[in-house]
Amino acid sequence: MAEVAVLGVLAVAAASLDALLGGRRWDAPLREAARLLTTARRATVRSDVPLMRTGVVVLPVAAAVAAAVVPVGGGVAAGVPVSVVWFNAMEVVAWAAVWLVGWGTNSAFALVGGYRFLAQGLAYELPHMFALVTAALAAHSLDFREIAAAQDGLWFGVWMPVGFAVYLVSALAMTFWGPFGHPVGDDVAGGAVLELSGADRLVFFAGRYGLLAVAAAASVPLFLGGGAGPVLPGWAWSVVKAAVVLALLVWARRRLPVLRMERFMTAAWTVLIPAVLLQMLVVGIVVV
Amino acid sequence: MVWALGAVAVACGVAVFVVDSMARATFALLASFLCTGGLLMAAGLHYPGVLVILMMIMEMLVMAVFMVMYMMNPAGLMPMSMLHNRRGALAVAGTAFAAMVAGIVAVPWPERAGRPPDEPAVALGEAIMGSKMLVMMVIGVAILATMIATVVLAMKSGRYGDDA
Repeated sequence: MAEVAVLGVLAVAAASLDALLGGRRWDAPLREAARLLTTARRATVRSDVPLMRTGVVVLPVAAAVAAAVVPVGGGVAAGVPVSVVWFNAMEVVAWAAVWLVGWGTNSAFALVGGYRFLAQGLAYELPHMFALVTAALAAHSLDFREIAAAQDGLWFGVWMPVGFAVYLVSALAMTFWGPFGHPVGDDVAGGAVLELSGADRLVFFAGRYGLLAVAAAASVPLFLGGGAGPVLPGWAWSVVKAAVVLALLVWARRRLPVLRMERFMTAAWTVLIPAVLLQMLVVGIVVV
Repeated sequence: MVWALGAVAVACGVAVFVVDSMARATFALLASFLCTGGLLMAAGLHYPGVLVILMMIMEMLVMAVFMVMYMMNPAGLMPMSMLHNRRGALAVAGTAFAAMVAGIVAVPWPERAGRPPDEPAVALGEAIMGSKMLVMMVIGVAILATMIATVVLAMKSGRYGDDA
Protein backbone atom coordinates (compact mmCIF):
# COMPACT_ATOMS: atom_id res chain seq x y z
CA MET A 1 0.00 0.00 0.00
CA ALA A 2 3.02 2.28 0.45
CA GLU A 3 3.20 2.59 -3.35
CA VAL A 4 -0.33 4.04 -3.47
CA ALA A 5 0.50 6.49 -0.67
CA VAL A 6 3.62 7.67 -2.56
CA LEU A 7 1.49 8.49 -5.60
CA GLY A 8 -0.98 10.30 -3.34
CA VAL A 9 1.86 12.50 -2.06
CA LEU A 10 2.93 13.14 -5.65
CA ALA A 11 -0.63 14.21 -6.49
CA VAL A 12 -0.61 16.78 -3.67
CA ALA A 13 2.80 17.98 -4.82
CA ALA A 14 1.39 18.40 -8.34
CA ALA A 15 -1.40 20.61 -6.98
CA SER A 16 1.18 22.70 -5.12
CA LEU A 17 3.37 23.06 -8.21
CA ASP A 18 0.35 24.12 -10.24
CA ALA A 19 -0.42 26.81 -7.64
CA LEU A 20 3.20 28.02 -7.70
CA LEU A 21 3.23 28.20 -11.51
CA GLY A 22 -0.02 30.12 -11.33
CA GLY A 23 1.59 32.75 -9.11
CA ARG A 24 0.02 31.64 -5.83
CA ARG A 25 1.60 30.25 -2.65
CA TRP A 26 2.56 26.59 -2.51
CA ASP A 27 -0.04 25.90 0.17
CA ALA A 28 -2.92 27.40 -1.81
CA PRO A 29 -4.39 23.96 -2.67
CA LEU A 30 -4.37 22.95 1.00
CA ARG A 31 -6.14 26.16 1.98
CA GLU A 32 -8.62 25.60 -0.83
CA ALA A 33 -9.19 22.06 0.42
CA ALA A 34 -9.87 23.32 3.94
CA ARG A 35 -12.24 25.94 2.57
CA LEU A 36 -14.15 23.41 0.47
CA LEU A 37 -14.44 21.03 3.42
CA THR A 38 -16.14 23.70 5.52
CA THR A 39 -18.41 24.99 2.74
CA ALA A 40 -22.01 23.88 2.54
CA ARG A 41 -22.88 21.97 -0.62
CA ARG A 42 -24.94 23.79 -3.22
CA ALA A 43 -27.96 21.88 -4.46
CA THR A 44 -29.43 22.18 -7.94
CA VAL A 45 -33.08 21.69 -8.79
CA ARG A 46 -34.04 18.08 -9.54
CA SER A 47 -30.46 16.86 -9.67
CA ASP A 48 -29.79 13.14 -9.74
CA VAL A 49 -27.85 13.02 -6.49
CA PRO A 50 -26.90 9.29 -6.47
CA LEU A 51 -25.47 9.47 -9.99
CA MET A 52 -23.65 12.74 -9.32
CA ARG A 53 -22.14 11.42 -6.06
CA THR A 54 -21.11 8.22 -7.82
CA GLY A 55 -19.29 10.27 -10.43
CA VAL A 56 -17.52 12.30 -7.74
CA VAL A 57 -16.41 9.36 -5.62
CA VAL A 58 -15.44 7.03 -8.43
CA LEU A 59 -12.65 9.31 -9.73
CA PRO A 60 -10.25 9.15 -6.73
CA VAL A 61 -11.15 5.49 -6.22
CA ALA A 62 -10.16 4.71 -9.81
CA ALA A 63 -6.91 6.65 -9.36
CA ALA A 64 -6.06 4.69 -6.21
CA VAL A 65 -6.94 1.33 -7.74
CA ALA A 66 -4.87 2.19 -10.82
CA ALA A 67 -1.99 3.22 -8.55
CA ALA A 68 -2.12 -0.21 -6.90
CA VAL A 69 -0.78 -1.92 -10.05
CA VAL A 70 1.92 0.66 -10.92
CA PRO A 71 5.29 -0.47 -9.58
CA VAL A 72 7.46 1.89 -7.55
CA GLY A 73 10.94 0.45 -7.86
CA GLY A 74 10.48 -3.32 -7.73
CA GLY A 75 7.50 -3.27 -5.38
CA VAL A 76 3.86 -3.10 -6.35
CA ALA A 77 0.76 -2.98 -4.13
CA ALA A 78 -1.21 -5.50 -6.21
CA GLY A 79 0.65 -7.90 -8.50
CA VAL A 80 -1.79 -8.34 -11.38
CA PRO A 81 -0.35 -10.17 -14.44
CA VAL A 82 -2.31 -7.91 -16.82
CA SER A 83 -1.64 -4.65 -14.99
CA VAL A 84 -1.37 -2.53 -18.15
CA VAL A 85 -4.95 -3.40 -19.15
CA TRP A 86 -6.12 -2.85 -15.58
CA PHE A 87 -4.46 0.59 -15.53
CA ASN A 88 -6.17 1.52 -18.79
CA ALA A 89 -9.55 0.29 -17.54
CA MET A 90 -9.25 2.49 -14.46
CA GLU A 91 -8.32 5.50 -16.59
CA VAL A 92 -11.49 5.00 -18.61
CA VAL A 93 -13.50 5.26 -15.38
CA ALA A 94 -12.82 9.00 -15.67
CA TRP A 95 -15.21 9.04 -18.66
CA ALA A 96 -17.97 7.77 -16.44
CA ALA A 97 -17.03 10.17 -13.63
CA VAL A 98 -17.12 13.29 -15.80
CA TRP A 99 -20.29 12.32 -17.62
CA LEU A 100 -22.08 11.36 -14.40
CA VAL A 101 -21.15 14.64 -12.74
CA GLY A 102 -22.14 16.61 -15.83
CA TRP A 103 -25.44 14.78 -16.12
CA GLY A 104 -26.29 14.34 -12.45
CA THR A 105 -26.28 18.02 -11.51
CA ASN A 106 -29.05 18.79 -14.01
CA SER A 107 -27.37 21.89 -15.37
CA ALA A 108 -26.97 22.78 -19.04
CA PHE A 109 -23.31 23.83 -19.09
CA ALA A 110 -22.33 20.90 -16.90
CA LEU A 111 -24.08 18.57 -19.32
CA VAL A 112 -22.20 20.10 -22.27
CA GLY A 113 -18.93 19.52 -20.40
CA GLY A 114 -19.83 15.90 -19.73
CA TYR A 115 -20.64 15.19 -23.37
CA ARG A 116 -17.46 16.94 -24.50
CA PHE A 117 -15.40 14.53 -22.47
CA LEU A 118 -16.96 11.50 -24.13
CA ALA A 119 -16.03 12.83 -27.57
CA GLN A 120 -12.55 13.58 -26.29
CA GLY A 121 -12.24 10.18 -24.69
CA LEU A 122 -13.16 8.36 -27.88
CA ALA A 123 -10.55 10.28 -29.86
CA TYR A 124 -7.79 9.67 -27.32
CA GLU A 125 -8.45 6.21 -26.00
CA LEU A 126 -7.25 4.57 -29.24
CA PRO A 127 -3.87 6.35 -29.47
CA HIS A 128 -3.46 5.85 -25.71
CA MET A 129 -4.20 2.16 -25.99
CA PHE A 130 -1.80 1.71 -28.89
CA ALA A 131 0.96 3.56 -27.02
CA LEU A 132 0.47 1.15 -24.11
CA VAL A 133 0.39 -1.83 -26.47
CA THR A 134 3.60 -0.68 -28.17
CA ALA A 135 5.52 -0.92 -24.90
CA ALA A 136 3.81 -4.19 -24.00
CA LEU A 137 4.62 -5.63 -27.44
CA ALA A 138 8.33 -4.88 -27.06
CA ALA A 139 8.41 -6.55 -23.65
CA HIS A 140 6.12 -9.48 -24.61
CA SER A 141 4.11 -8.83 -21.46
CA LEU A 142 1.14 -6.89 -20.11
CA ASP A 143 2.76 -6.68 -16.68
CA PHE A 144 4.31 -3.32 -15.73
CA ARG A 145 7.08 -5.07 -13.81
CA GLU A 146 8.13 -7.22 -16.77
CA ILE A 147 7.92 -4.23 -19.13
CA ALA A 148 10.23 -2.29 -16.81
CA ALA A 149 12.59 -5.25 -16.56
CA ALA A 150 12.70 -5.62 -20.36
CA GLN A 151 14.31 -2.17 -20.71
CA ASP A 152 17.71 -3.38 -19.60
CA GLY A 153 20.18 -0.81 -20.90
CA LEU A 154 17.97 0.99 -23.42
CA TRP A 155 14.80 2.76 -22.31
CA PHE A 156 11.70 2.28 -24.47
CA GLY A 157 11.27 6.06 -24.44
CA VAL A 158 14.55 6.36 -26.34
CA TRP A 159 13.96 3.89 -29.16
CA MET A 160 10.18 4.39 -29.45
CA PRO A 161 9.92 8.18 -29.00
CA VAL A 162 6.66 8.45 -30.97
CA GLY A 163 4.98 5.95 -28.64
CA PHE A 164 6.22 7.88 -25.60
CA ALA A 165 5.08 11.23 -27.00
CA VAL A 166 1.64 9.89 -27.90
CA TYR A 167 1.38 8.38 -24.43
CA LEU A 168 2.09 11.73 -22.78
CA VAL A 169 -0.33 13.66 -25.03
CA SER A 170 -3.11 11.14 -24.58
CA ALA A 171 -2.46 10.92 -20.82
CA LEU A 172 -3.11 14.67 -20.63
CA ALA A 173 -6.33 14.13 -22.58
CA MET A 174 -7.49 11.17 -20.48
CA THR A 175 -7.17 13.30 -17.33
CA PHE A 176 -8.79 16.33 -19.08
CA TRP A 177 -5.80 18.38 -18.04
CA GLY A 178 -4.25 21.54 -19.48
CA PRO A 179 -4.69 21.83 -23.26
CA PHE A 180 -7.34 19.12 -23.07
CA GLY A 181 -9.35 20.76 -20.31
CA HIS A 182 -12.22 21.52 -22.69
CA PRO A 183 -14.77 19.45 -20.67
CA VAL A 184 -14.19 21.80 -17.73
CA GLY A 185 -13.46 24.81 -19.95
CA ASP A 186 -14.14 28.43 -19.10
CA ASP A 187 -16.25 28.85 -22.24
CA VAL A 188 -18.95 26.73 -20.58
CA ALA A 189 -18.50 28.35 -17.17
CA GLY A 190 -16.45 25.46 -15.82
CA GLY A 191 -18.25 22.69 -17.68
CA ALA A 192 -18.88 19.35 -16.03
CA VAL A 193 -17.81 20.54 -12.58
CA LEU A 194 -19.78 23.80 -12.71
CA GLU A 195 -22.26 22.85 -9.99
CA LEU A 196 -19.90 20.86 -7.76
CA SER A 197 -19.29 22.55 -4.43
CA GLY A 198 -17.93 21.79 -1.00
CA ALA A 199 -16.59 18.31 -0.32
CA ASP A 200 -17.84 17.05 -3.70
CA ARG A 201 -15.62 19.51 -5.54
CA LEU A 202 -12.63 18.67 -3.36
CA VAL A 203 -12.98 14.91 -3.87
CA PHE A 204 -13.44 15.28 -7.62
CA PHE A 205 -10.39 17.49 -8.15
CA ALA A 206 -8.29 15.39 -5.78
CA GLY A 207 -9.24 12.44 -7.97
CA ARG A 208 -8.10 14.27 -11.08
CA TYR A 209 -4.72 15.10 -9.54
CA GLY A 210 -4.49 11.47 -8.47
CA LEU A 211 -5.18 10.27 -12.00
CA LEU A 212 -2.58 12.70 -13.36
CA ALA A 213 0.01 11.41 -10.85
CA VAL A 214 -0.78 7.79 -11.73
CA ALA A 215 -0.50 8.49 -15.47
CA ALA A 216 2.91 10.11 -14.87
CA ALA A 217 4.03 7.24 -12.64
CA ALA A 218 2.93 4.63 -15.20
CA SER A 219 5.15 6.23 -17.85
CA VAL A 220 8.18 5.23 -15.74
CA PRO A 221 7.85 1.43 -16.09
CA LEU A 222 6.42 1.83 -19.60
CA PHE A 223 9.03 4.07 -21.22
CA LEU A 224 11.65 5.24 -18.70
CA GLY A 225 13.25 2.00 -17.55
CA GLY A 226 11.33 1.63 -14.27
CA GLY A 227 13.52 1.87 -11.16
CA ALA A 228 16.81 1.40 -13.05
CA GLY A 229 19.53 3.95 -12.33
CA PRO A 230 22.87 4.41 -10.61
CA VAL A 231 23.56 4.92 -6.86
CA LEU A 232 20.00 5.45 -5.62
CA PRO A 233 17.71 2.49 -4.81
CA GLY A 234 15.02 1.47 -7.29
CA TRP A 235 12.06 3.07 -5.55
CA ALA A 236 13.87 6.41 -5.34
CA TRP A 237 14.56 6.42 -9.08
CA SER A 238 10.93 5.56 -9.79
CA VAL A 239 9.74 8.47 -7.66
CA VAL A 240 12.26 10.90 -9.18
CA LYS A 241 11.32 9.95 -12.76
CA ALA A 242 7.61 10.06 -11.99
CA ALA A 243 8.01 13.48 -10.34
CA VAL A 244 9.84 14.83 -13.40
CA VAL A 245 7.14 13.60 -15.80
CA LEU A 246 4.42 14.91 -13.50
CA ALA A 247 6.10 18.31 -13.30
CA LEU A 248 6.23 18.37 -17.11
CA LEU A 249 2.50 17.60 -17.34
CA VAL A 250 1.63 20.28 -14.76
CA TRP A 251 3.89 22.80 -16.52
CA ALA A 252 2.17 22.02 -19.85
CA ARG A 253 -1.10 23.35 -18.43
CA ARG A 254 0.40 26.79 -17.83
CA ARG A 255 2.23 26.95 -21.16
CA LEU A 256 -0.35 25.61 -23.61
CA PRO A 257 -3.79 27.03 -24.43
CA VAL A 258 -6.93 24.92 -24.08
CA LEU A 259 -7.62 23.32 -27.44
CA ARG A 260 -11.02 23.13 -29.04
CA MET A 261 -11.83 19.45 -29.07
CA GLU A 262 -13.41 19.24 -32.50
CA ARG A 263 -10.28 20.75 -34.00
CA PHE A 264 -7.82 18.60 -32.19
CA MET A 265 -9.91 15.48 -32.73
CA THR A 266 -8.98 15.74 -36.41
CA ALA A 267 -5.33 15.62 -35.42
CA ALA A 268 -6.01 12.68 -33.12
CA TRP A 269 -7.55 10.57 -35.87
CA THR A 270 -5.35 11.62 -38.79
CA VAL A 271 -1.96 12.10 -37.08
CA LEU A 272 -1.74 10.45 -33.67
CA ILE A 273 -3.29 7.07 -34.51
CA PRO A 274 -1.37 6.52 -37.79
CA ALA A 275 1.85 7.72 -36.12
CA VAL A 276 1.53 5.36 -33.19
CA LEU A 277 0.52 2.50 -35.51
CA LEU A 278 3.68 3.06 -37.55
CA GLN A 279 5.66 3.10 -34.32
CA MET A 280 4.05 -0.19 -33.37
CA LEU A 281 4.96 -1.64 -36.78
CA VAL A 282 8.61 -0.62 -36.28
CA VAL A 283 8.65 -2.09 -32.79
CA GLY A 284 6.96 -5.26 -34.05
CA ILE A 285 9.58 -5.70 -36.80
CA VAL A 286 12.47 -5.09 -34.39
CA VAL A 287 11.10 -7.43 -31.75
CA VAL A 288 10.07 -10.26 -34.07
CA MET B 1 -16.71 -13.71 -3.34
CA VAL B 2 -18.17 -15.43 -6.40
CA TRP B 3 -21.61 -15.59 -4.82
CA ALA B 4 -21.46 -11.97 -3.68
CA LEU B 5 -20.46 -10.77 -7.16
CA GLY B 6 -23.19 -12.88 -8.72
CA ALA B 7 -25.81 -11.55 -6.31
CA VAL B 8 -24.79 -7.94 -6.95
CA ALA B 9 -24.79 -8.56 -10.71
CA VAL B 10 -28.35 -9.92 -10.55
CA ALA B 11 -29.50 -7.13 -8.22
CA CYS B 12 -28.12 -4.48 -10.59
CA GLY B 13 -29.76 -6.30 -13.49
CA VAL B 14 -33.09 -6.06 -11.68
CA ALA B 15 -32.42 -2.40 -10.91
CA VAL B 16 -32.22 -1.68 -14.65
CA PHE B 17 -35.96 -2.33 -14.85
CA VAL B 18 -36.88 -0.68 -11.58
CA VAL B 19 -35.24 2.73 -11.85
CA ASP B 20 -37.10 5.51 -13.62
CA SER B 21 -34.39 7.25 -15.60
CA MET B 22 -32.43 6.19 -18.65
CA ALA B 23 -29.15 7.35 -17.13
CA ARG B 24 -29.71 5.31 -13.97
CA ALA B 25 -30.73 2.26 -15.98
CA THR B 26 -27.56 2.55 -18.08
CA PHE B 27 -25.31 2.70 -15.06
CA ALA B 28 -27.14 -0.09 -13.26
CA LEU B 29 -26.50 -2.23 -16.33
CA LEU B 30 -22.86 -1.14 -16.33
CA ALA B 31 -22.53 -2.14 -12.65
CA SER B 32 -24.00 -5.53 -13.51
CA PHE B 33 -21.45 -6.00 -16.32
CA LEU B 34 -18.59 -4.95 -14.05
CA CYS B 35 -19.62 -7.68 -11.59
CA THR B 36 -19.52 -10.15 -14.48
CA GLY B 37 -15.99 -9.00 -15.26
CA GLY B 38 -15.14 -9.51 -11.61
CA LEU B 39 -16.56 -13.05 -11.81
CA LEU B 40 -14.24 -13.82 -14.72
CA MET B 41 -11.29 -12.52 -12.72
CA ALA B 42 -12.35 -14.58 -9.71
CA ALA B 43 -12.28 -17.61 -12.01
CA GLY B 44 -8.61 -16.88 -12.72
CA LEU B 45 -9.25 -15.43 -16.18
CA HIS B 46 -7.44 -12.16 -15.55
CA TYR B 47 -7.13 -10.91 -19.09
CA PRO B 48 -10.72 -11.54 -20.25
CA GLY B 49 -11.97 -10.23 -16.90
CA VAL B 50 -10.10 -6.93 -17.09
CA LEU B 51 -10.98 -6.64 -20.76
CA VAL B 52 -14.69 -7.01 -19.97
CA ILE B 53 -14.38 -4.23 -17.37
CA LEU B 54 -12.48 -1.95 -19.78
CA MET B 55 -14.74 -2.54 -22.78
CA MET B 56 -17.98 -2.36 -20.81
CA ILE B 57 -17.17 1.03 -19.28
CA MET B 58 -16.34 2.47 -22.71
CA GLU B 59 -19.25 0.80 -24.42
CA MET B 60 -21.90 1.72 -21.86
CA LEU B 61 -20.75 5.35 -21.80
CA VAL B 62 -21.09 5.60 -25.57
CA MET B 63 -24.42 3.79 -25.31
CA ALA B 64 -25.62 6.22 -22.63
CA VAL B 65 -25.19 9.05 -25.12
CA PHE B 66 -27.26 7.29 -27.76
CA MET B 67 -29.88 5.98 -25.36
CA VAL B 68 -30.50 9.43 -23.94
CA MET B 69 -30.41 10.95 -27.43
CA TYR B 70 -33.14 8.70 -28.81
CA MET B 71 -35.52 8.99 -25.87
CA MET B 72 -39.03 10.28 -26.20
CA ASN B 73 -38.34 13.40 -24.19
CA PRO B 74 -35.33 15.22 -25.58
CA ALA B 75 -33.41 15.86 -22.40
CA GLY B 76 -34.11 12.42 -21.02
CA LEU B 77 -34.67 13.91 -17.59
CA MET B 78 -38.34 12.96 -17.34
CA PRO B 79 -39.20 9.80 -15.43
CA MET B 80 -39.47 6.77 -17.70
CA SER B 81 -39.93 3.04 -17.48
CA MET B 82 -37.94 0.26 -19.08
CA LEU B 83 -40.99 -2.01 -19.01
CA HIS B 84 -42.91 -2.32 -22.27
CA ASN B 85 -45.32 -4.97 -23.53
CA ARG B 86 -45.34 -6.60 -20.09
CA ARG B 87 -47.30 -9.72 -20.92
CA GLY B 88 -45.35 -10.61 -24.07
CA ALA B 89 -42.02 -9.85 -22.44
CA LEU B 90 -42.93 -11.97 -19.43
CA ALA B 91 -43.82 -14.92 -21.66
CA VAL B 92 -40.62 -14.66 -23.70
CA ALA B 93 -38.40 -14.17 -20.64
CA GLY B 94 -40.11 -17.01 -18.74
CA THR B 95 -39.72 -19.42 -21.65
CA ALA B 96 -36.06 -18.49 -22.16
CA PHE B 97 -35.36 -18.87 -18.43
CA ALA B 98 -37.08 -22.27 -18.30
CA ALA B 99 -35.19 -23.46 -21.38
CA MET B 100 -31.84 -22.42 -19.94
CA VAL B 101 -32.51 -23.98 -16.54
CA ALA B 102 -33.67 -27.16 -18.29
CA GLY B 103 -30.40 -27.09 -20.24
CA ILE B 104 -28.34 -26.76 -17.07
CA VAL B 105 -30.12 -29.65 -15.43
CA ALA B 106 -30.54 -31.93 -18.44
CA VAL B 107 -27.17 -31.66 -20.18
CA PRO B 108 -24.64 -34.25 -18.99
CA TRP B 109 -21.73 -31.98 -18.06
CA PRO B 110 -18.30 -33.44 -18.87
CA GLU B 111 -15.85 -34.17 -16.09
CA ARG B 112 -12.82 -31.89 -15.99
CA ALA B 113 -9.94 -33.44 -17.94
CA GLY B 114 -6.42 -32.29 -17.17
CA ARG B 115 -5.40 -29.16 -15.29
CA PRO B 116 -6.04 -25.47 -16.07
CA PRO B 117 -3.33 -24.01 -18.34
CA ASP B 118 -0.68 -21.64 -17.01
CA GLU B 119 -1.69 -18.92 -19.43
CA PRO B 120 -5.51 -18.97 -19.69
CA ALA B 121 -5.54 -16.00 -22.11
CA VAL B 122 -3.17 -17.75 -24.54
CA ALA B 123 -5.13 -20.99 -24.24
CA LEU B 124 -8.40 -19.15 -24.86
CA GLY B 125 -6.96 -17.46 -27.96
CA GLU B 126 -5.68 -20.77 -29.28
CA ALA B 127 -8.99 -22.48 -28.59
CA ILE B 128 -11.05 -19.80 -30.33
CA MET B 129 -8.80 -19.03 -33.29
CA GLY B 130 -6.30 -21.87 -33.58
CA SER B 131 -4.84 -21.94 -37.04
CA LYS B 132 -6.91 -18.89 -38.05
CA MET B 133 -4.83 -16.64 -35.80
CA LEU B 134 -2.89 -15.03 -38.64
CA VAL B 135 -6.07 -14.43 -40.64
CA MET B 136 -7.72 -12.84 -37.60
CA MET B 137 -4.78 -10.55 -37.02
CA VAL B 138 -4.83 -9.35 -40.64
CA ILE B 139 -8.59 -8.85 -40.53
CA GLY B 140 -8.25 -6.98 -37.23
CA VAL B 141 -5.86 -4.47 -38.78
CA ALA B 142 -8.12 -4.17 -41.83
CA ILE B 143 -11.14 -3.43 -39.61
CA LEU B 144 -9.18 -0.79 -37.74
CA ALA B 145 -7.99 0.81 -40.99
CA THR B 146 -11.61 0.86 -42.16
CA MET B 147 -12.72 2.57 -38.96
CA ILE B 148 -10.09 5.27 -39.26
CA ALA B 149 -10.77 5.75 -42.97
CA THR B 150 -14.50 6.06 -42.27
CA VAL B 151 -13.93 8.74 -39.67
CA VAL B 152 -11.52 10.61 -41.90
CA LEU B 153 -13.97 10.49 -44.82
CA ALA B 154 -16.86 11.55 -42.61
CA MET B 155 -15.09 14.64 -41.36
CA LYS B 156 -16.12 17.99 -42.70
CA SER B 157 -12.75 18.60 -44.26
CA GLY B 158 -12.76 15.10 -45.76
CA ARG B 159 -14.42 13.68 -48.81
CA TYR B 160 -16.92 16.43 -49.59
CA GLY B 161 -14.83 19.46 -48.71
CA ASP B 162 -15.80 22.44 -46.62
CA ASP B 163 -18.86 23.62 -48.55
CA ALA B 164 -20.59 20.26 -48.97
